[in-house]
Amino acid sequence: MRYLPKSPADREAMLKAIGLRSVDELFAPIPAEYRLSRDLNVPRQMAESEIVDYFRQRSRENGEGYTSFLGAGAYAHYRPVIIDSLISRGEFLTAYTPYQAEISQGTLQSIFEFQTMICELTGMEVANASMYDGSTAAAEAVMMAVRLTGRRSVVVARSLHPEYREVLATYATHQGMPLSVAGFGGDGRVNLEELEKSITPETAAVLIQSPNFFGTIEDVAAIAEIAHRHGAMLVVSIAEAVTLGIVEPPREADVIAMEAQSFGVPLGFGGPYCGVIATREKFVRQMPGRLVGQTVDKQGRRGFVLTLATREQHIRREKATSNICTNQALVALMVNIFMTVYGKVGLKELAKHNLAKTAYAAAQFAKQGKVLFSGSPRFNEFVVETIEDPYAINQRLLGHKIVGGLPLKKFYPELGNAALWCCTELTTRSSIDTAVRLVAEREGSVRSTKEETGVVEVTR
Amino acid sequence: MKNRIRKASLQVNQNEGLIFEKSSAGKAAWKLPPLDVPEVDTSKLLGFSERKDLGNMPEVSEIEIIRHFTRLSTWNYAIDLGMYPLGSCTMKYNPRVNEAVARVEGIANGHPYQPEKISQGALHIFKTLSDCLIEITGMDAITLQPAAGAHGEMTGLLMVRAYHQSKGNARKKILIPDSAHGTNPATAAMVNYAVENLKSDSRGMVDIAALEAQMSEDVAALMLTNPNTLGVFEQDIHKIADILHAKGGLLYMDGANMNALVGKVRPGDFGVDVMHLNLHKTFSTPHGGGGPGSGPVAVKKILEPFVPTPVVVTKADGALGFDYNRPQSVGRVRAFYGNFGMFVRALAYIQANGPDGLRQTTEDAVLNANYIRKGLEGTYDLPYSTPTMHEVVFSDKLQAKKGVRTMDIAKRLIDYGFHPYTTAFPLIVPGALMIEPTESEPKEELDLFIEAMKSIAEEVNEDPQTVLDAPHSTRVSRLDETAAARKPVLRWKPQI
Repeated sequence: MRYLPKSPADREAMLKAIGLRSVDELFAPIPAEYRLSRDLNVPRQMAESEIVDYFRQRSRENGEGYTSFLGAGAYAHYRPVIIDSLISRGEFLTAYTPYQAEISQGTLQSIFEFQTMICELTGMEVANASMYDGSTAAAEAVMMAVRLTGRRSVVVARSLHPEYREVLATYATHQGMPLSVAGFGGDGRVNLEELEKSITPETAAVLIQSPNFFGTIEDVAAIAEIAHRHGAMLVVSIAEAVTLGIVEPPREADVIAMEAQSFGVPLGFGGPYCGVIATREKFVRQMPGRLVGQTVDKQGRRGFVLTLATREQHIRREKATSNICTNQALVALMVNIFMTVYGKVGLKELAKHNLAKTAYAAAQFAKQGKVLFSGSPRFNEFVVETIEDPYAINQRLLGHKIVGGLPLKKFYPELGNAALWCCTELTTRSSIDTAVRLVAEREGSVRSTKEETGVVEVTR
Repeated sequence: MKNRIRKASLQVNQNEGLIFEKSSAGKAAWKLPPLDVPEVDTSKLLGFSERKDLGNMPEVSEIEIIRHFTRLSTWNYAIDLGMYPLGSCTMKYNPRVNEAVARVEGIANGHPYQPEKISQGALHIFKTLSDCLIEITGMDAITLQPAAGAHGEMTGLLMVRAYHQSKGNARKKILIPDSAHGTNPATAAMVNYAVENLKSDSRGMVDIAALEAQMSEDVAALMLTNPNTLGVFEQDIHKIADILHAKGGLLYMDGANMNALVGKVRPGDFGVDVMHLNLHKTFSTPHGGGGPGSGPVAVKKILEPFVPTPVVVTKADGALGFDYNRPQSVGRVRAFYGNFGMFVRALAYIQANGPDGLRQTTEDAVLNANYIRKGLEGTYDLPYSTPTMHEVVFSDKLQAKKGVRTMDIAKRLIDYGFHPYTTAFPLIVPGALMIEPTESEPKEELDLFIEAMKSIAEEVNEDPQTVLDAPHSTRVSRLDETAAARKPVLRWKPQI
């Protein structure tokens, strides 16, 4: 086996040194009746070339070469080449969690820089590195608010990513945390009246997403005012990190729970991604996850260490702020390199390109169908309502190697034939034009058929 | 004193400040293509939401970024440099073909919501890895959704709770041995179970009499690591399972130490009802400085209805797809489907090994641990003489007489060119030195390690101060952690 560095003679010599005759004796502590006396039924040992072939084949069956308009919490942005060059260095790739600070300064300093940049971008004072993803970061941020306020219930915006809502529901069930939902209005934003009505004296946190699941930017200041007036904390989830280049961060929030995948992390069929929690300094001792702090060594030289460990499971066990241990460190390093590459000016220009492509696409779609919530500011996603079933539209687009917008009926039956479309800096004008043309192809005839037969448009 | 350090020598390394200290306006490492759509008026589109300034974000060039991170990287120790004997962490070789296949176009760039019709490749990987892990553990079903071991523990206990609830009583507490990882009690608390500690006997195993006395209809499950954190196989495992099952409780196995078992024995065969695996330990996906991990949870038939949604199934037409219609499921524990990139790597590892390679891997891991035990027995105190599996735990009892503790020995090991072992854990061994070599070490590296540990023991007798002041060869000496925690500096700020 090519990963095993011992010759038969080495094994013999080692067994002899231990005073054993055969390797079986090493397994004598396992009761004989449980020892496996057959080969595992797994694929036979394969050559490296065969393994590469196997995965190339799987790749061909997995949407290779398609143009996609999908976003919805996972975004296709360009990844600068140097990200993979740098994270492939064995000293980053094959290092453990940096508990031994003297031989982990590389990882520790890079996390310190990550924390700093996340603070700069989010307008918060402290950031951890890291949580599993945006959904678990949101759930843990809410649990943090529960600990901080001593209250138990949570109001969640219906415009929060539906799968984030599901994850929160799973986490909340056994914590005795009642959840209620605040709906959205005709502008695709949180309905403020409904929100205010949902908040009770027991509300620990209001959880919203901005830009929300429809790509619409929420009125964070107004929501914060309502939450704070009732003594609740505001937790804001950010699923599309590139938005921070051009959209004011939700500075009024008490906690920001972020998904940083957009910053240089491959789509990878949903993971691994990079969750982050950022908050105010005064809340840091209730924050879950690892934190790096600056300090000095015995000679007074600057150095970095994992700090405030008394929040964590290996010290506090059942009284810890969370059970999180292994997180997403290498992915956080990708994010860190991405933020460094684009920096102060590049992130803004990148975000502008996203904005321009999306504005163009939305305008083109508006000529053919109906773009919902168009009165509200948006970043790089928009909702298109069609007369034809979006699944049928997407079926047709697939024939042209285009993956259309995400049909929303599964998550929002009230929106009928609506789909969530996304454009990034990688979306080309010609692919937008092609997609619009293909959507419009049947749209006209479906509309006229319906008009002729008097079929009423699907209500929402 | 004479130089006894054979593995490591000193070398110039580069100083490097924080990236912010290199930044200056007008430098750039990025370039966007010309915009092929009309430019937009940002303030018109965004109004009050428009952001004007990005604060202290850096402005640097590409070569500076390459040097910055390359210089930082040289300050890290890594498996690629040498042995990483961290007990319970299983720091084994991370094969490079895993990295290559995870970056193949359709695998790296698949969108989680792309239609199932064009996701058959990813679904095939899900299915094949699931089948392999079910076979390796001897369980009946699996979820790959949890993002790490602790997340898997939470998912497992949620299923335990849902199972008991379906029988009309969720029960109140989880039994956890005193040798357990900190994540176990932290997880039980997250799922709203009370934690009750279970003591170990003189062999370092679960005290059967204590278990019998503590087991009641209030106990939902026992969370057991096997081999436990002393590297000892729980020989009475079937009795443990019987005691739990007799009162309707379940046996949860923390699979952190699965590297001692793969291909030799299957938890499903010795009475385990639910367990998690750590793909970043046993199945060679890289630790990456603290993640990403992946913590699949395998279960017996009785728990299958409760696994998180969605589940990968073979549909009527033979194609693979996701099944969301699982009324008894505990729900989702993460958006999308889990750390898919880690599934790719774990499957590539299983393929590179095959059944014979997996078995040989386990045998070598156990052989290496026993070789170290033999080499250091007598030099360091061995608190439990019970047979060792994949890791061995010594204590600093002999060295403590000279005022040298496990952390000091660990720090001195750095000067000898090794990463420290796990210190001060498990908690049942005061001053523990927990050593797990994994299968990835050649005999030469093990011999160097044994020699280094013996040499340090001699230093403790001859010149303890050298050990107490270690490390001597690193960029920074021991750092002031107390100051870091008392007045936290958690981000860089510009000097005004």
